Amino acid sequence: MNRKFRPGAVIIVTLACLYFLVPLYATFQFSLQMRRGELSFDAYRSVLSSDVFLRAFTYSVVASIAAIIVGVLLIAPTAYWVRLRLPKLRPLVEFLSFLPLIIPAVVLVFGQIRLFGSSSILPLTTTEIGTNTLVVAGYVVISLPYMYRAIDNGMAAIDISTLTEAAESLGASRLRTIATVILPNLRSAIVSGAFLTFSISLGEFVIASLLNRPAFGPYLVQLGEDRAYEPAALAILSFALTWVLMGVMQAFALRKPNQRWLRRRTSAAGKSST
Amino acid sequence: MSQLTLRSVFKSFGATAVVRDFKLTMRDGEFLSLLGPSGCGKTTVLRMVAGFESPSAGQIEIDGRDVTHLRPAQRNIGMMFQAYALFPNMTVGENVAFGLKVKGVGRDEREARVADMLRLIGLPDLGARYPFQLSGGQQQRVALARALAPQPKVLLLDEPLSALDAKVRVSLRTEIRQIQQEMGITTIFVTHDQEEAMSISDRIVVMNGGVADQIGTPFEIYNRPTTRFVANFVGTLNTFEVKVVDPALGRVTLADQPLTLSDRPLGARAGDTLSIALRPEALRLGRSDAHETTLPARIDDVHFMGSVIRLRAMMAGVPVSLDTFNRPDVPPPVPGSMVEVSLSGHEAIVLNG
Repeated sequence: MNRKFRPGAVIIVTLACLYFLVPLYATFQFSLQMRRGELSFDAYRSVLSSDVFLRAFTYSVVASIAAIIVGVLLIAPTAYWVRLRLPKLRPLVEFLSFLPLIIPAVVLVFGQIRLFGSSSILPLTTTEIGTNTLVVAGYVVISLPYMYRAIDNGMAAIDISTLTEAAESLGASRLRTIATVILPNLRSAIVSGAFLTFSISLGEFVIASLLNRPAFGPYLVQLGEDRAYEPAALAILSFALTWVLMGVMQAFALRKPNQRWLRRRTSAAGKSST
Repeated sequence: MSQLTLRSVFKSFGATAVVRDFKLTMRDGEFLSLLGPSGCGKTTVLRMVAGFESPSAGQIEIDGRDVTHLRPAQRNIGMMFQAYALFPNMTVGENVAFGLKVKGVGRDEREARVADMLRLIGLPDLGARYPFQLSGGQQQRVALARALAPQPKVLLLDEPLSALDAKVRVSLRTEIRQIQQEMGITTIFVTHDQEEAMSISDRIVVMNGGVADQIGTPFEIYNRPTTRFVANFVGTLNTFEVKVVDPALGRVTLADQPLTLSDRPLGARAGDTLSIALRPEALRLGRSDAHETTLPARIDDVHFMGSVIRLRAMMAGVPVSLDTFNRPDVPPPVPGSMVEVSLSGHEAIVLNG
């Protein structure tokens, strides 16, 4: 088909690309100027060799992974049950899943501090492990809209109700049905939700800062106040990590069940006639 | 092979009764169709047998065992769904083996059984494929193999052919019937397609408003419908009001012409008005000595359908349809022309409901 050249569309796309890429390029360019008079990766070396960076990054990675596990265990069965048995409650659950986008994280943290502070029945903030638990719980809440939507969309795509009935008619228990039929078919949705959770939690500032935990978000802000070139290098590294995660997410989303990684399929996979 | 019995089963959703006093006894290896319009309760009956819905009252027995309150997984049933419902993450072989694995059948026996099943459905070489690599017809055949592999007591088919194109639908229904007869498995088939139900069933239950209006063989359902609904729903029907002359001898008049009904109008008295029905093939175009009565009719429409021509006409004050075989040497009547139509009382159905 012969596509018509549209100058207006080209100008808009070019402007949008410039809007995103020019600041990124400027940041990258700036991050290379640590050594006077020449371009170098000194800022990156400085960041990556810092013990504080490694501790903060490791803390955030571990907390993010914990948030992903808790999020999946909480949201996947909830979304499954709502779709299967309580479809009338779906609008309400969807609304609840949107609340973290409306209520600022600072309100959430102050709520946590009031509920689990030193004077409460369950004083989680008085111990390190308790405060870490609150950080993970906070990450689960702020990633809820993304995780819920990813999993719910995945469920909409596979008709879980008929698949559940098919498995049960073959003698499978509800647990076996979830483990062997539902979850494997939600793999790409769960991976998408997991990467989104990871991206959001990794650079999160408010929760970690107000609960006074040594996470990556507060470290970034602190570094921005103390140094010039390292924050730019960290920003570029964060962008690169996010893009890699998005790429992996896309690859999972497009992958067919029998597709191997890094190898092109050569066997006949086309549709056959009846 | 198993018997299935439903004893006065009721089902309500809130205040709405969707199945009322449904009674059925199926013999071993019988193929029974639940036929009816959308919302008549046929799928609800099937889902209650499967265990996906619980009856509000009544009892369901498989082989004399009360399964009313058992979960679907405990009933030993096989089911085919309209939307295939193959597990997308599993190969064809794994799909067929699923029920066997759940039952704890050993690997060797499982593999042998899967191979047997794939041969039975005519797809012996597709065990390694995934559902998305198969056509709709192939997917539904795999669904049949998957349902049959654990050797269920009852096979339940929930409109399994509805999503397929016409040609595949016809060939697959014949295959399903052949496999069902070969395995001798008691089967319930839900459909709203009367031709489908007629062509493959031992018996048909015609459902209307949650009630089994009539249970009978396809021959009985078509030729001897017991209610007006069944008569209208199954096939095309011409309905006439006749005046009873002698109920004991079945004598009535239609537009002042005499007819003798084989189907005696029980309980009617002389002078009463009665509804009778005649199939399009029971009305003969032209005068015929073999028929009792001849009435004039005006042709309204002519539909050429190949070997058969369906005429729509106005006869005795009511619109009627009549079928006549196509004869290349005799052109059909033209719309607007007057013709004679012959009919006999012994082919008429007396409508009660």
